[in-house]
Amino acid sequence: MSMTASSATSERERPFGFWRRSYAMLVKEFIQLRRDRVSFAMIVMIPVMQLLLFGYAINTTPRHLPTAVLMQEDSDVARSILKALENTSYFRFTQEVHDVETFDNLLKSGKVLFGVEIPRGFERGVRRGDRPALLVAADATDPVAAGAALSALGPIVQTALAHDLFIGNPPDPPFEIRAHARYNPAASSRLNIVPGLVGTILTMTMLIFTALSVTREIERGTMESLLSMPITPVEVMIGKILPYVLVGFIQATLIIGIGVLLFGVPIDGSLTLLALLSTLFITTNLAIGYTFSTIVQNQLQAMQMSMMFFLPSILLSGFMFPFAGMPVWAQYVGECLPLTHYVRIVRAIMLKGATLQNVQYDSLALLALMLVAMVIAVTRFRRTLD
Amino acid sequence: MVYATASDIAIEVSGLSKSFNGHEVVHDLSMQVKRGMIYGFLGPNGSGKTTTIRMLCGLLTPDSGEGTCLGYDIRRDADKIKRRVGYMTQRFSLYQDLSVRENLEFVARLYGLRDAPAAARTMIKRLGLNGREEQLAGELSGGWKQRLALGACTLPNPQLLLLDEPTAGVDPKARREFWNEIHSLAAEGLTVLVSTHYMDEAERCHEIAYIAYGHLLVRGTVDEVIANSALTTYTVTGGDLNGLSAELAGKPGIDMAAPFGTSLHVSGRDKAALEATIAPYRARSDLHWQHSEPSLEDVFIELMGRSRDNFQ
Repeated sequence: MSMTASSATSERERPFGFWRRSYAMLVKEFIQLRRDRVSFAMIVMIPVMQLLLFGYAINTTPRHLPTAVLMQEDSDVARSILKALENTSYFRFTQEVHDVETFDNLLKSGKVLFGVEIPRGFERGVRRGDRPALLVAADATDPVAAGAALSALGPIVQTALAHDLFIGNPPDPPFEIRAHARYNPAASSRLNIVPGLVGTILTMTMLIFTALSVTREIERGTMESLLSMPITPVEVMIGKILPYVLVGFIQATLIIGIGVLLFGVPIDGSLTLLALLSTLFITTNLAIGYTFSTIVQNQLQAMQMSMMFFLPSILLSGFMFPFAGMPVWAQYVGECLPLTHYVRIVRAIMLKGATLQNVQYDSLALLALMLVAMVIAVTRFRRTLD
Repeated sequence: MVYATASDIAIEVSGLSKSFNGHEVVHDLSMQVKRGMIYGFLGPNGSGKTTTIRMLCGLLTPDSGEGTCLGYDIRRDADKIKRRVGYMTQRFSLYQDLSVRENLEFVARLYGLRDAPAAARTMIKRLGLNGREEQLAGELSGGWKQRLALGACTLPNPQLLLLDEPTAGVDPKARREFWNEIHSLAAEGLTVLVSTHYMDEAERCHEIAYIAYGHLLVRGTVDEVIANSALTTYTVTGGDLNGLSAELAGKPGIDMAAPFGTSLHVSGRDKAALEATIAPYRARSDLHWQHSEPSLEDVFIELMGRSRDNFQ
């Protein structure tokens, strides 16, 4: 029966065979796509997320940047100037300090991007016409974040002051604003990008290494015999993460080495501290990737989930766009991403010579993210085939 | 009821049930396997053999029922069971991108053997894989893969082997060698539970159980299973057997008419009805009828047909 049927079709093939077969393939692919709910969700989620983040969260001329004030004297003139600065909308005063050391530490740890120093005897100098200097120190490790505010400083403050103080009009301003771009005085974006790039590259590679690890075992059928052997979820995780810590470490060494040798990026801080915290960051990413692989069902989903994580990491971590310029909700999201903390750590250690104390908040955050990911992974890991 | 001492019993389960997505794969299954036995697990595809084996070694949690494996509770002591049981999966599940030696060393280390490389070397010698130890497992032929998989699950010296269709797709010579190995392992005191489709393999088991649609239908030695079937079988040769088979099917007393090479096996549980039905055909000169012992295959094909009516 079946033989006669097949010989009949081969004798006179129906027309449009090419399109018929293509159509059959197309229908099959659509059915498979529809069954793969996670992939389907990603198809919608990735562009929507990208659009929303670019549209709402990213701001290349950030305003309301956190600023510290070093008050060496408390006077009406100083208050007026601070008010004027805040009115430019570029600065938001978050801290008022009274000694130079705290002031420097705030800038070094990245808690503030700007520091305004009102020197002792400022008011007297203004009144006597000595044109005293008002120091504005900027953390220029991220030139984009600092640039707009610094360039607006001169003229806007002048105009604002003209209204506030009745000291006469320019061209004869009563004091001098001395802007000082710290850490990256030439505003070289290379110095800013190389440290950030270390973290970005590590995030991408580390995530994918472990995101595929468990799904690969399931897809190749090796998971069944692995589960039938006496091994615990924690042991599986450690065995799968540790080799890549070494891989990540080599990668980090390579990127930082090239940055130093070819691009002249300095390492002002301790190399040991940098290595230590880089290892922590690598492990955190590996743990997150591993967590993904315990959630997804196949390798394609694992890749897509890694992308879902990688995209906000790049956009919201402060690597590409100024962190301080983002709306508050985006900053909260950013705080949950390991890259945010690592970008701060690397910039602080390499460009500002920061110590562990300066970066302790970000280090603890990395540690916490790693532990959370590991706990989720171990509880998600299915010990049976149920 | 007489309780066998725990040391005599390798597997004792009762009332095991397991469903996937509302479809019951194993229904109220009870079985007992004595230590040192080769226990054959037979049944058609999708009958619940694999699911039962997975419940025995803790890979699946039964929905209901309980039991012990090597004296350990299958629900609570999965870890202890895993340490003492070798499970050979239906699909090759060692690492294809690791060599023979690396796979065996991995297993040896996982079970905490003192000298993993030495244990792997010994096993390679025992499997006759000398000269292939550096070959990737994925590049081995089907027969060698089976041998390697058996080697990997016997490496940690388990007390019980669970083999899930270990010889599917393996040539007859490799199959025979595989079974010789299983018999020598059993002679060393190992208990072996093996699922299979092959009747010749079933006949090499000390005891067998037949499972269909999640129900365990019969169990016992091969002779017991045949005797208990109460099947009357005739072997017919000559003439148009295809036509005869079609004519007999469904007639009273005929439970099964199945071709075996150049002969046809006609069986039925109701001897009188069967003989009444075939009487006119026995008179035909072109057909030669002979009363014969039912083979194990006759019994199983008849069981399969009956269980399809009952459970599907």
